[in-house]
Amino acid sequence: MCGIAALQLRNPSLHPQMGSLLSSMLCQIVDRGPDSAGLAVYNTPGLVAPGTSTLSLLGRNQGMATADITAGVAALLASDAAPSVQVVGDTTLVSAAVGTDLLVKAVSETLPAATIIGRGEHVAVMKSVGHPMEIAAEHGLEAMAGSQGLSHTRMATESAVTAGGSHPFSVADDLCLVHNGSFSNHATVRRELKREGMVFDSENDTEVGARYVASRLKQGDTLEEALVNLGKVLDGFYTLVVTTADSMAVVRDPIACKPAIIAETGDYVAMASEYRALAALPGIDNARIFEPEPGKVYTWSL
Amino acid sequence: MVTLTAPEATAPALDGPTVVDLAGAPVRDLNQALHQGAGGQSWTITNPGGKHSLAVGINADVSVTIEGHAGYYAAGMHQKGTVEITGNAGVGLAENIMSGTVHVKGDASQSAAATGHGGLVVIDGNAGARCGISMKGVDIVVGGNIGHMSAFMAQAGRLVVCGDAGDALGDSIYEARIYVKGTVASLGADCIEKPLRAEHLEELADLLAAAGRTDNPADFKRYGSARNLYHFHVDNSTAY
Repeated sequence: MCGIAALQLRNPSLHPQMGSLLSSMLCQIVDRGPDSAGLAVYNTPGLVAPGTSTLSLLGRNQGMATADITAGVAALLASDAAPSVQVVGDTTLVSAAVGTDLLVKAVSETLPAATIIGRGEHVAVMKSVGHPMEIAAEHGLEAMAGSQGLSHTRMATESAVTAGGSHPFSVADDLCLVHNGSFSNHATVRRELKREGMVFDSENDTEVGARYVASRLKQGDTLEEALVNLGKVLDGFYTLVVTTADSMAVVRDPIACKPAIIAETGDYVAMASEYRALAALPGIDNARIFEPEPGKVYTWSL
Repeated sequence: MVTLTAPEATAPALDGPTVVDLAGAPVRDLNQALHQGAGGQSWTITNPGGKHSLAVGINADVSVTIEGHAGYYAAGMHQKGTVEITGNAGVGLAENIMSGTVHVKGDASQSAAATGHGGLVVIDGNAGARCGISMKGVDIVVGGNIGHMSAFMAQAGRLVVCGDAGDALGDSIYEARIYVKGTVASLGADCIEKPLRAEHLEELADLLAAAGRTDNPADFKRYGSARNLYHFHVDNSTAY
């Protein structure tokens, strides 16, 4: 299995409740994947800030004090970059007023062993092994504000139960992907992407999907086109949710192996593996509720 | 309203329907109480919240109304009485229904009435993929559309679709009669269109009436088995 819960808030007055709403959704999909979990939150004050890039690093302990990480990164950047480092739950966030690529270089040099699990101006990514609600609580999801949130509970099949194998996979600026299912030809596609120069962080099949989407977007595809192309190249079972700085997409494989249900109101678009994750959302009784058609890409932009 | 707290809990005898609020009561207690219910009882389930396995295995002539959306396997293994769901139903609605009636006013997810042996399943909205998969005698009436691979390996029963049907309708069908009012995206292996004779119009009218629908039977087309897959054909020997 695996569970997905995603929320895009159209009404800014709901932004302060993003974390509590996503948390209420997440607790209903725990049964679908109790071994590990991950979260991506967009425009959450305190985690990201406009005009600065933020990298999410796997783990709270990077083998170096946060002050030393800050100093190490600062030494490699311009004086006005003003880097900052904070530990949130099991995640280390590094921010600075520079482009993401530059920050990635500075962090990789300072912490060569660090695994970057999220990057961009708008997104913070957190993932870990353990009970999904404990992971959410450790990271303080309940109190987080934001414009979009994405959560995943994993029942591992294609690769080991590790924090790095948890979803979301975030491999390009503000891009996140979560997956319920499995890609059967991921090794072949991985080899092709490696030939293009892509570097992989894990043995996970979903990372291949995420890097494929990132590659297509870089080549000029729209999000919708990238997911249509993914359907032509990657074989297997999937319900995918992809988020960017201002949009969200859902696609299911053409034979609809994995579930998905969507609720749409003027205030939000919510997607989950099962309806029970949507049941507690405000105004759900008047929402348009539907299951996405197999093989059809749905996108919503803020 | 009763709050069911113990597995042995049963509904008190009341004149009106027994109301069970699933915001508090566990599903297991509800099902236990329904199993111990007596014929003629009427139950209303509130705040179903998409919970799974609601009202499964009912074997008494009770009338159950679920006010809202049900999760997976609602009214599975249904034997007697009526279950009505005012909202949508998740995967596997009325799976392996034996008899009785299940009525969903909204949409049903995939595999609705899968392997059903008898009874009537009515879905006022759309049904997802694999509706009536391996049906063995159940009657299904869908007010809207159905998804792909519906009536796959159907063995007996009737499937009525007032909207459109998805790809591979009736793939590898043994028997069962399928009536579709709208378009069929594609027929599966060994499923063909068949003439709509007087006896078909008659049974279709009965099914539509049983589902509370006013569609005209003459607007439907009938599909069924070409019976070419019943036996091994020697021309196919090289395929193995």
